[in-house]
Amino acid sequence: MLPFVGRRALTAIPTLFLVTVMVFGIQRSLPGDPALILAGEQQDPEVIAFIREKYRLNDPLPVQYLAWVAQLARGDLGRSLRTNERVLDLIAAKLPVTIELALLSLLVAVAIALPLGMLAAVRRGTAIDYGSTMAALTGLSVPNFWLGIMLILFVSVRLGWLPASGYVPLSEGVWENVKRMIMPAFVLGTGLAAVLMRQMRSSMLGVLKQDFVRTAHAKGQRGAAVVIRHAARNALIPVTTILGLQLGALLSGAVLTEQVFTIPGFGKLIVDAVFNRDYAVVQGVVLITATSYILINLLVDLTYAVLDPRIGAK
Amino acid sequence: MSVTVRVERPVETAAPTGGPFGRPLSRLFKRPPAVIGALVVLLFVVVAALAPVLAPYDPAKPDFANVRQPPSAEYRFGTDEIGRDVLTRTIYGARASLLAGVISVLIATGLGVPLGLVSGFYRGALDELIMRLTDAVLSFPFLILAIAMAAALGPSLTNAMIAIGIATTPTFIRLTRAQVLAVGAEEFVTAARALGATGARIIWRHVLPNCVAPLLVQATLTIAQAVIAESALSFLGLGVQPPTPSWGGMLNTAKNFLVQAPWMAIYPGLSIFFTVLAFNLFGDGLRDALDPRDD
Amino acid sequence: MGRYVRRSFAILAAAALFSAALAQTTLRIGLAEDPDILDPALARTYVGRIVFASLCDKLFDIDTSATVVPQLATGYTVSDDGLTVTIDIRQGVLFHDGTAMDAEAVKYSLDRAKNLPGSNRASELEQLESVTVVDEDTVELHLSTPFSPLIAQLADRAGMIVSPTAAEAAGEEFGNAPVCAGPFRFVERVAQDRIVLERFEDYWDADAISIDRVVFLPIPDSSVRLANLQSGDLQMIERPAPTDLTVMRADSNLVVPSVASLGYQGITVNLSNPEPRTDPLSSDVRVREALELAIDRNTINDVVFGGEFIVGNQPVPPSSPWYVADMPVPERDVERARALLDEAGVDRVPFEMMVANNPEAIRVGEVIQAMAGEVGFDITLRATEFATALDLQEQGQYAAFPVGWSGRIDPDGNIHQFHTCEGALNESGFCDPEVDRLLNEARAAGNNDDRFELYRQALERYLPDRHIIYLYHTQLFFPHTAAVQGFQAYPDGLIRLQGVSLQ
Repeated sequence: MLPFVGRRALTAIPTLFLVTVMVFGIQRSLPGDPALILAGEQQDPEVIAFIREKYRLNDPLPVQYLAWVAQLARGDLGRSLRTNERVLDLIAAKLPVTIELALLSLLVAVAIALPLGMLAAVRRGTAIDYGSTMAALTGLSVPNFWLGIMLILFVSVRLGWLPASGYVPLSEGVWENVKRMIMPAFVLGTGLAAVLMRQMRSSMLGVLKQDFVRTAHAKGQRGAAVVIRHAARNALIPVTTILGLQLGALLSGAVLTEQVFTIPGFGKLIVDAVFNRDYAVVQGVVLITATSYILINLLVDLTYAVLDPRIGAK
Repeated sequence: MSVTVRVERPVETAAPTGGPFGRPLSRLFKRPPAVIGALVVLLFVVVAALAPVLAPYDPAKPDFANVRQPPSAEYRFGTDEIGRDVLTRTIYGARASLLAGVISVLIATGLGVPLGLVSGFYRGALDELIMRLTDAVLSFPFLILAIAMAAALGPSLTNAMIAIGIATTPTFIRLTRAQVLAVGAEEFVTAARALGATGARIIWRHVLPNCVAPLLVQATLTIAQAVIAESALSFLGLGVQPPTPSWGGMLNTAKNFLVQAPWMAIYPGLSIFFTVLAFNLFGDGLRDALDPRDD
Repeated sequence: MGRYVRRSFAILAAAALFSAALAQTTLRIGLAEDPDILDPALARTYVGRIVFASLCDKLFDIDTSATVVPQLATGYTVSDDGLTVTIDIRQGVLFHDGTAMDAEAVKYSLDRAKNLPGSNRASELEQLESVTVVDEDTVELHLSTPFSPLIAQLADRAGMIVSPTAAEAAGEEFGNAPVCAGPFRFVERVAQDRIVLERFEDYWDADAISIDRVVFLPIPDSSVRLANLQSGDLQMIERPAPTDLTVMRADSNLVVPSVASLGYQGITVNLSNPEPRTDPLSSDVRVREALELAIDRNTINDVVFGGEFIVGNQPVPPSSPWYVADMPVPERDVERARALLDEAGVDRVPFEMMVANNPEAIRVGEVIQAMAGEVGFDITLRATEFATALDLQEQGQYAAFPVGWSGRIDPDGNIHQFHTCEGALNESGFCDPEVDRLLNEARAAGNNDDRFELYRQALERYLPDRHIIYLYHTQLFFPHTAAVQGFQAYPDGLIRLQGVSLQ
């Protein structure tokens, strides 16, 4: 196992290198100039010139890129052009929020998707199957921002059960924190559940037909036990792949949900930074999400080995 | 990914069939939900194609005297925030939304499946390169890619479709590759190789048929996500340009009038919902029909 | 066991702190955007100014009718040649760090605003040559040319006085924890989440302040901002969607004070930025007049803004003392517009109109597109995100752009930089030396009647050119819960908490 992890860590280096080139290149190819934005309504030419000079925006792109990489090598992600905060501080403030929301959403998704998917596969072709499919798809086909606003209007404004939005750190009380996370996690989770549920059903169907499951049945083991002990375990492998991809996407892709519930996570940070052409922030956050993504997928691969000992590392 | 997957009993494999799209098509139409799904998709396609004939009004023409009017005999689905007919816009909206969903998934599969096949089948340095690129794109936030695309090419529906397509490509590469790896270890593939069959022939006859089922499931779900992604992009000014309607864009506008004018959200919302559902039922039926083990 | 007890204590302590916090009065305000850097010299956003209103007092302020009144200054005199302005400083005022706000601090702050590299205030204080300290509570400002708008500039960010001790110590970090002499002191900021201020006990006007804590929360979506207000999570919001006003007025728990803003919204037409353009819209004033006559301003207001805004045709709203009444808002006239197009020898006029990609701006664009289409304009809308739009505007790569200006207290701020040949915000490329002369004279004139006459003469020259077609003026709304009492709306759109209490 350890050599496997080591080898994977090595392959992360070219990936991260590609990511630095992509984020740098894509950003600089965008129209728009951070200096124009920072110069505000007044558009004072002297301010514009000063900012271009200060952030070395006039340097040739390769020089700017190398300067950034050199800075990275010193463990410095730079400062936000917009608010002058350290990018590292920004990330440190938002990482726990982002991770908490992502994990809670996955929890919601898994809690919905796995039982529904298993049920649908076992009762294939029945009303239960179609019903579960419909239920899962409802979550997928309703846009997150819309569901979010509906929930706020109903649960918070009409019923007054939960706060409408905002974020309170765990240190200020677990319940204070969780009650603000329930609705966003639900919104994100229901969106994810459909994909997971369909994949679970699909791979369960495949597994259920296989010899070892049939054998288990033939040996007289009861249905539910077979499903859970043998079939579900094997069916989880492709599901885990999807889960890994989704978790990666959640780190930076929960923008609209974060916006509706005003949760200060990565998604909002990165989109605002792109729109403000806040280069240092975009570069820093993309690098961190890419690293997390690679880590998550390493974990996914390790999970394969746990779920199915036949898949091992050479 | 340099882990070698040894699978003694693979997840889903099959003996050789007559190519990926042979016999199974006829089996598809024995499944009622799949047929219903196909019919609904077809219905929306027809509606989109015949929009100028079916729609009672001009989708871009506002009636300033009738802003945010509830459904009536004159305006069956009511009017929107500047007095345009919601029914007309829902009909025309099918065009942009269906195109966004279908074309972007075609782009994603068109790029992703061949790359995944090559990557999984030939392995080696090529595999390494493709996987590193895949990882890099996957770990890259979708919206940055999309904004960059729109900025480089100019905002339009086409560019939104390309952006969504490219952003979803890695999923298809990885799914295909994983499936190829599972199949590649199979005895019949090893046997075919030993008998001197060419790579292309093995891929076509043995590998591809086994990839189709999970890919279809993913593709149908991705169409749905693409329809919704289109709405996010139009909102950012990267999709269809006003006043051209799309369901996602209509829903996005409607979210500011949920209390005062709920009909603005209901019809495009239901259209998205039924389209997504139909694609999934259809895809599900296809999956079952194509599953070579299912006899 | 030991660990368990320790943890329980920690929870108890946290709970105690929390309930103590609850006992205070906390005002939570929802902002439409996340403010930028909180350094008065570098700041540039409107929402940033809302936060500054609680954080940093200025030499001067305005009252609810936009008249300049003293704040950290107590009065001023202008020399006969208009080149020296003597300002008396309020005595006994302390900064949040306990140091004294005196003439030295005023000189330091003005010098800083003018000279800090990258300062967005430098252009506002262009005419300021130097500041001399006369005594502990008097400074003299020496100007290069007479400049009437100066005092109005000092009633905004340029006049905010910062603690020299803190500014020197913090250097570039100053904007991350600003130290001023306002009614509230800075506590913390979590980017895109909240800015927390607490009451400054030693504030010079402490009696006017009864709120203990202010929390500003950026919530970009107007529906969500309103929902938070209705659910009681917020006590006040700014810039609600005008179309939500019916909902808010129907809610007995909400109060919706409002005031006309100082700014304007209009269509900027590109005439010659960077080069003279040859298309009919840019090159023929009759075509632009036809465009103006094709547009019904009241329809825009009614359809997009629920009739809540104010239609207009000048850089200042009709309610302003600087509005020229004998040049009223023109009515829509399709026949005359059509005739003008015929006269210009054009049948259909196609052009691309860039619009900001927010729902309201797009709606305004769609309404204009429909109305102008009836006369003969084939407008293609191009929804463009902010940074790209700025860039295209700077490079002159646009034909027409409906865009606004947040407004300044002195009319000079709404006019000079847009209509003078070298004006920094003259994105249209309009140039008329006579207009330059009139607007420069208006800056130097000391008497308001003389200034009004000069602005009127300039208006008569630049308005008929229609390189900016003024359309409407924003009405500013500050919906708050009934628990908030004593709040008044100011035309600069800032939220002042003097006299505000929370029941």
